[in-house]
Amino acid sequence: MHSSNATIDAPVMSMHDPKGGLVVALNATLKRDLTLMLRRRGEVLNPLVFFALVITLFPIGISPDPELLAAIAPGLLWVAALLAALLSLDSLFRSDYEDGSLEQLLLAPQPLAALGLAKVAVHWLLTGLPLALMAPVLGIMLSLPAGSYAVLALSLAVGTASLSLIGAIGAALTVGLARGGVLLSLLVLPLYIPILIFGAGAVQAAIMGDGVMAHLAILGALLAVALMLAPWAIAASLRISING
Amino acid sequence: MAFSSLNEFLAMGGHGPYVWAAWGVTALLIIVIVWHARLERRQLLRGLKRRARREKQQASNYSHRTAQAPVTPAQGDVRDDA
Amino acid sequence: MWAFIHKLGSPKWFYSISAKLQPWFWGAATLLLVTGTLWGLAFAPADYQQGNSFRIIYVHVPAAFLAQSIFVSMAIAGLVFMVWKIKVADMAASVMAPLGAAMTFVALFSGAVWGVPTWGTWWMWDARLTSMLILLFLYLGVIALRGAFSSRDSGSRAASVLAMVGVINIPIIKYSVDWWYTLHQPATFSITGRAAMPMEMWAPLLIMVLGFYSFFIALILMRTRSEILRREANKRWVRELVGEAR
Repeated sequence: MHSSNATIDAPVMSMHDPKGGLVVALNATLKRDLTLMLRRRGEVLNPLVFFALVITLFPIGISPDPELLAAIAPGLLWVAALLAALLSLDSLFRSDYEDGSLEQLLLAPQPLAALGLAKVAVHWLLTGLPLALMAPVLGIMLSLPAGSYAVLALSLAVGTASLSLIGAIGAALTVGLARGGVLLSLLVLPLYIPILIFGAGAVQAAIMGDGVMAHLAILGALLAVALMLAPWAIAASLRISING
Repeated sequence: MAFSSLNEFLAMGGHGPYVWAAWGVTALLIIVIVWHARLERRQLLRGLKRRARREKQQASNYSHRTAQAPVTPAQGDVRDDA
Repeated sequence: MWAFIHKLGSPKWFYSISAKLQPWFWGAATLLLVTGTLWGLAFAPADYQQGNSFRIIYVHVPAAFLAQSIFVSMAIAGLVFMVWKIKVADMAASVMAPLGAAMTFVALFSGAVWGVPTWGTWWMWDARLTSMLILLFLYLGVIALRGAFSSRDSGSRAASVLAMVGVINIPIIKYSVDWWYTLHQPATFSITGRAAMPMEMWAPLLIMVLGFYSFFIALILMRTRSEILRREANKRWVRELVGEAR
C-alpha cells in the first residue's frame, strides 16, 4: 500500500518543505482513504441499500396511497438518508484505529484537523454524494411531486456534508470504545436536527413553489460553520480517543 | 389571596390535578436530589474515615507485631459508625 | 487574576471556600423557593385565559431556564478544564450533567401536564417542548459518553468536547426548531410565549427563577465537594481532614 507510506514519509518531507508537506499529506490521506474505501465496496454500498430498504418500508407500513406518500416524501427521504449516513459513521475511523494508522496520523507534523478533514471529505464523497444522487430515484417511488427533484439532490448533497462533519466528531469520540455504535447515534442525532429541518424544509418549499434559496443558503451557512469548527473538534476527539 | 377557601385552593378552579402533578413532581425531584447529595456525602465521609482507621490499625499492628491479635477493631468500627 | 484562577483550581482551596459559601446559597434557595411557592400558588391572580393551570409556569419556566443555563455552565467548565487543566472544573461539570438532565425532565413533564388543560393533549410538538426534548437527549449523550470511558481522564475530556460542541449547537437547534414550528403550526397557542404579565404574576416567577438558580449553585457546590473527596481520597489534605473531622 504505497499511499499509506506517504503519510509516514511526510515528517521527513516537511523538514525540507513544510508547506508542500501539508499538501502532500492531504493528497496522500485522500488517495489512501479513497483506495481503501473503493476496495471495500460493500461498505460503500451498504448505506445506499439501507436507504432504499427504509424507503421501501414506509409505503408498506403506512399506505401505498400516492397522495399521502407525496405529502410525507420530503421528510421520509431526508430522515432515511440521515439514518443511512449515520450508519456509515462508525466505520469512519474504526479500521484506522484498529490497524494503528490513526496513530500515525496523530504523529504526523501536519495539523490533525486538516488530515481529519480529508478523511471526512472522502467519507462524504462515498456516502453523502451517492445518497444525494440516489434520492431522486427513491423520490419517484414515493411519488414526490415534480419540480422538487433537483432541490432534493442538492439539499442532500450540501446537507450530508454537514452531517459527515458533525458525525465525524461523534465517531472520533467513540472510536476507542468497544461498543460505540449506539452511543454514537445518541451523541450525533440531536446535533443533526437543524440540518434535517432545513433540508426537508427546502424540499417542502420546492413542492409548494416557494423560494428554496433561503433554505439552501442556510444549509450552506451551516456547512460553513461546520467546516470551520468541526475539524478542531474532530482533532481534539481523536487525541482523546487515542491517548486515553 | 386568590382563593377564598382551602378546598378552592386544592381544586385550582378545576385544574387541580394538573397544577398539583406538575408541582408535586418538581418538589419530589428536588427533594430526591438533595437527599441523594446528602447521602452521597455521608457515605463518602464514612468510607474515608473507615479507611483511615483501618490504615492506622494496620500501621500499629505492623509496628508492634506481638503475639496478641487485635481484638476489637470490628466493634470499634460499629460503635463509631452509629 | 492568574493567581486567583490557580487558587480556585486547587481542590483543597475550593473545598474550604465552598464550605463557607454553601450555607448562604442553601438559605437563599430555601427562602426564595418557599416565598415563590406560596406567592405563586396561593396569592398570584389566576390567568384570565388559562385560569389556575397557568400556575404551572412557576415550575416550568425556572426549570427550563436552569436546564439551558446548566448546559452552558457545563460547557464553560469543560472549556476551563481543557484549557487550564483545572480538575475542579471537570468535577463541577460531572455533577452538573445529571442535575441539568433532571431539570430538563421537570420542564418537559410540567410542559406536558400543562398541555392537557391548554391544548387538550399531553404532547404537542410545541417549539419550546421540542427544544427541551432535544436538550434532554444532549444531556443524556454527555452523561453516557462520560460513563463509557474506562479511564476517568478520557471520559472527562470527551464529555468536555461534547459539551462544547453541544453548546455551539443549542442556539442553532433552538432557532431552527422555532422556525420549523412557525412554519408547520402557526395557529396554536403557545403556553408561555405571551405578552406582558402583570407584576403580581411575574414577581413570583422571578423569585422562583432566582430560587432555582440558588438551588443549582448550592447543590453543585455540595456535590463538587463530594466529588473532590472521591477523587482526591489519597491526597494528604483529605486524609488530614478526615482524621480531624470526627
